[in-house]
Amino acid sequence: MGRTAIVTGAGRGIGLSISRRLIDEGWTVAGCDLLEAELASVAEDAGEAFRPYPLDVTDEHAVDSTCARITADLGIPFGLVNNAGITRDSLLLRMDLDSWERVLKVNLTGAFLMTRAVSKVMMRQKQGSIVNISSVVALTGSAGQANYSASKAGLIGFTRSMAREFASRNIRVNAVAPGFIETEMTRALAPEVREDYASRIPLGRMGLPEDVAGVVSFLLGDSSSYVTGTVLPIDGGLST
Amino acid sequence: MSLENRVTEIIVDKLGTKPEEVTPEANFQTDLGADSLDLVELIMAFEDSFKLKISEEDSAKLRTVGDVIEYLKQHGVSE
Repeated sequence: MGRTAIVTGAGRGIGLSISRRLIDEGWTVAGCDLLEAELASVAEDAGEAFRPYPLDVTDEHAVDSTCARITADLGIPFGLVNNAGITRDSLLLRMDLDSWERVLKVNLTGAFLMTRAVSKVMMRQKQGSIVNISSVVALTGSAGQANYSASKAGLIGFTRSMAREFASRNIRVNAVAPGFIETEMTRALAPEVREDYASRIPLGRMGLPEDVAGVVSFLLGDSSSYVTGTVLPIDGGLST
Repeated sequence: MSLENRVTEIIVDKLGTKPEEVTPEANFQTDLGADSLDLVELIMAFEDSFKLKISEEDSAKLRTVGDVIEYLKQHGVSE
């Protein structure tokens, strides 16, 4: 059995694509998600290399016990991909506190809880790699996404601080900042918003989840062994 | 096992030092080579082993092996 990676939000979208890519490269993936049915269908598809762990990343006790269970089942994980994320878009004037807090909790607090639980065992191993899925809107801002962009910008500060804290234990921490990627999350956007985005992408097309998965796999594995604390845009040139 | 021996055992396990280096006067950072992460791991190991919670404020004061033993005794840990 190869190395193990934990991927949150593995049931669909970018998280699913990352899981598939890692499995193709010989990793065992512990897939965490709220969506139990999606996890089960991925497991059916991918076989032994994908282990489903239904999990709410905002639940402190569930995170701790699930990470302990993954370690008991599959050994100390080498990789962690903090990918679970949600949107609750609206202009700030119309944004209620619950939409603000919910997005911060899943996208940012979830990554904090997962990283804290996993790093505890990773440190013992003195090796590991963590990739946080930020977003290009953390760098550029996005009208209607004050909560989402703040959570994703928070992940960048979190990434850089974790890179410093864990460097002495040979645990690397990096982030990627995907741009406009074709997922259910972006399919929910209004057509004119999608077209506006697409017209501004230098590479002239929207990204695919696979475009993100390749970069995440690079940052998670040994090809990037001297890279830590970095934020890599995957946006077809949108943020440049 | 005495409290001193249990504390020594944890320190040896976490820091990889020799037991004879773990004297009451030994400072974790300057004598035993612990870095800030080691200190956090040590505090967590003491909390687990002795079933107590050491606050951030208190843990900042625990600089030597003797400090820890004294702290544990004051907080009801005997042998």
